[in-house]
Amino acid sequence: MAQSDTVEGVEGLAQDWSSDREAFRDVPWGKGMMWIFLLSDTFIFTTFLTGYMTVRLSATAPWPVPSEVFALTLFGESIPLILIAIMTFVLITSSGTMALAVNYGYRRDKRKTFWLMIATATLGAMFVGMQIFEWSKLISEGVRPWGNPMGAAQFGASFFMITGFHGLHVSIGVIYLLVVAFKVKRGDYDNRGYEIVEITGLYWHFVDLVWVFIFAFFYLW
Amino acid sequence: MAYADQDTGHHAGPDKFIWKYVWSQDHKVIAVQYGCTAIAVGILALVLSWLMRMQIGFPGSLEFIDPSAYYQYVTMHGMIMVIYLLTAFFLGGFGNYLIPLMCGARDMVFPFLNMLSYWFYLLSVLILLASYFVPGGPTGAGWTLYPPQSILQGTPGTDWGIILMLASLAVFIIAFTMGGLNYITTVLQARCRGLTLMRMPLTIWSIITATVLGLLAFPALFVSAIMLMFDRVLGTSFFMPYIVHMGQALETGGGSPVLFQHLFWFFGHPEVYIVALPAFGLVSDILSTHARKNIFGYRMMVWAILAIGGISFIVWAHHMYVSGMNLYLGYFFATTTLIIAIPTAIKVYNWTLTLWHGNIHLNTPMLFSIGFISTFLIGGLTGLFLGNVAVDIPLSDTYFVVAHFHMVMAIAPIMVVFAAIYHWYPKITGRMYNETLGVIHFWVTFVGTYLIYFPMHYLGFEGMPRRYYAYEGYEFISESAHSLNEFISVVAILVGVLQILFIINMLMSLKTGKLAGANPWNATTLEWQTPQTPPAHGNWGDELPVVYRWAYDYSVPGADEDFIPQNQPGELGDGREVGDDTGHSSGEGAPA
Repeated sequence: MAQSDTVEGVEGLAQDWSSDREAFRDVPWGKGMMWIFLLSDTFIFTTFLTGYMTVRLSATAPWPVPSEVFALTLFGESIPLILIAIMTFVLITSSGTMALAVNYGYRRDKRKTFWLMIATATLGAMFVGMQIFEWSKLISEGVRPWGNPMGAAQFGASFFMITGFHGLHVSIGVIYLLVVAFKVKRGDYDNRGYEIVEITGLYWHFVDLVWVFIFAFFYLW
Repeated sequence: MAYADQDTGHHAGPDKFIWKYVWSQDHKVIAVQYGCTAIAVGILALVLSWLMRMQIGFPGSLEFIDPSAYYQYVTMHGMIMVIYLLTAFFLGGFGNYLIPLMCGARDMVFPFLNMLSYWFYLLSVLILLASYFVPGGPTGAGWTLYPPQSILQGTPGTDWGIILMLASLAVFIIAFTMGGLNYITTVLQARCRGLTLMRMPLTIWSIITATVLGLLAFPALFVSAIMLMFDRVLGTSFFMPYIVHMGQALETGGGSPVLFQHLFWFFGHPEVYIVALPAFGLVSDILSTHARKNIFGYRMMVWAILAIGGISFIVWAHHMYVSGMNLYLGYFFATTTLIIAIPTAIKVYNWTLTLWHGNIHLNTPMLFSIGFISTFLIGGLTGLFLGNVAVDIPLSDTYFVVAHFHMVMAIAPIMVVFAAIYHWYPKITGRMYNETLGVIHFWVTFVGTYLIYFPMHYLGFEGMPRRYYAYEGYEFISESAHSLNEFISVVAILVGVLQILFIINMLMSLKTGKLAGANPWNATTLEWQTPQTPPAHGNWGDELPVVYRWAYDYSVPGADEDFIPQNQPGELGDGREVGDDTGHSSGEGAPA
């Protein structure tokens, strides 16, 4: 719907905002709503991370060293953060397949869009699976929300809360992806347009981006 | 979805009662559902305040009020009034009703989500009320729910009440998020032709800003509720310091109680403006309409709303001067607190100047609006006292604070709730309310407010602490303070009971009120220009309205009448052609 009188830059922004009907030109409602939701969700995760950092500073017992806690013994050698590295790789790869899916969606290539979304969902499910493995490993080592053998009790509390909440987001994202993928396959969006794939993608990239911050602030710090 | 975006074509709404009035996706029905639920739960909170006043004014006269019960009343009264009444009423009630109508839309952009929003809200109310039916009763931690005391044994309701309270808050936030996303998207992306942002009524500006505040502030409450829930249920120590409790060292420790206060007030202070901003907007439109005069300084009003919204995120710790946080932070937060008074003062001046030389109709909505300016001014000025660290520290935890926040964020917004209900009642129901009863209701409420809360300022200066269960036997509380407390209690209960006038008026006028017609106030905004009154499903019949001017063309010189509706074309007033200042006026799927 490009129009010839489109003005770029600040002037264009001012023109859009002072127009009637729409403040964001040609942005579908669902997409606008998803952006606003993600802004709100950003505040949720920011608060989680701020809370975690505050209790980490206020904790009196020593904080466990993440690279040791999250090390995995492979081939007789202890490799720090190896599982987390794989998880991060998997999730970021899934963002790549998602971006491709959005592209093929707008090209109305239903088959490729479908399979790329399925691939994204599969990678997401892999991520959740590895997280379950990580959780059960820590639980078997005695880490609990209310305490752990390595040090400050807040470590376990923050870990289960933040990764749990993020994992919940990923799991919801996987279900969301599957639903949209099968609707794409069925041709539900032939008339309504394929913005929904992009909207799903926005959510998925957001979940991915949040993980990067969790990775940085929880595992690397 | 995809219903509200149709420009033409008439949709008959659903026929069956249950789809039309219960599981309705119509924003007007949802608004009434929100409003009625909020009033119902508000009446409960009103009764709780009578019980508290009985204990304060006539200690021991009601035997069932023991200390636990008293703290439960305090907690539930505060939480219900702030969250479940005021927030829900302004955004869920007025927001739902007015946004699509004032924006010239057929409905919210996602009606189904909007319906879910109400049902989640109702669920949160039910969870909250369920805490009366569990062992130990509701929580008595105070509405701020400060840990560690809110989850330690000894505080009423630590077994179940606090869990239900936190769960209810979380559900409420989910409900609010679903509604709020709808409100913002509707205003940004679904306005009718010709309605630019700077032609929107201030009601819309303020509701939308309050919604943004809510979407960014409620996350802090959501997260602190989850963390507190973990502390209570799982035994984590996010907020639990090392404590010796009843002679025993607790196993938890190392957490930060002040963190909770920061998170709570990061939500709590914007929450004040989530309630106050919609009140500002509604009152602006009501004043302008009934003074037959354009709002003074429209652009300044808009910028003031946005400025208040922005600054409200950096003032939160003025609630925490005595919390033990770093004292130097107090300088920063005292400064920002005083800065936020500037846009607020601009608004008060502009309301006053709107009235100046206006053709003032002293009917019920106007009276309540003027009552709002009065109470808000008093409450705002005491806010300047309390914003300064040196004044706040001695006054903190006295009745001065109780008087302050009741004037500024309980009574003032409630005045606007009443004003707005009376003002829009003819549109919602199609019938006029009883003016005499309305005026009596106003004077009872207005005079009663001052009789109740003005003396509390003196009690606070004298040093009467808040939150105490019993005030006997303290030498510093004089005999006259006790008699003043009796007086306040009598007036409070009387004024509370007389609110029945309002209920009677609303219910009776449904049947006996005279038919209002489409536009009884000769108002300019779009909701008064609907083809049917009350507006039918889809609001606008076959054709969406087109807006040609701003919302405040009252008493335009040379015009035939003293108002020009927003959808009337023409040269008078702000009658620029559609799209003059826009460059483009087409939207998705619209005939340009």
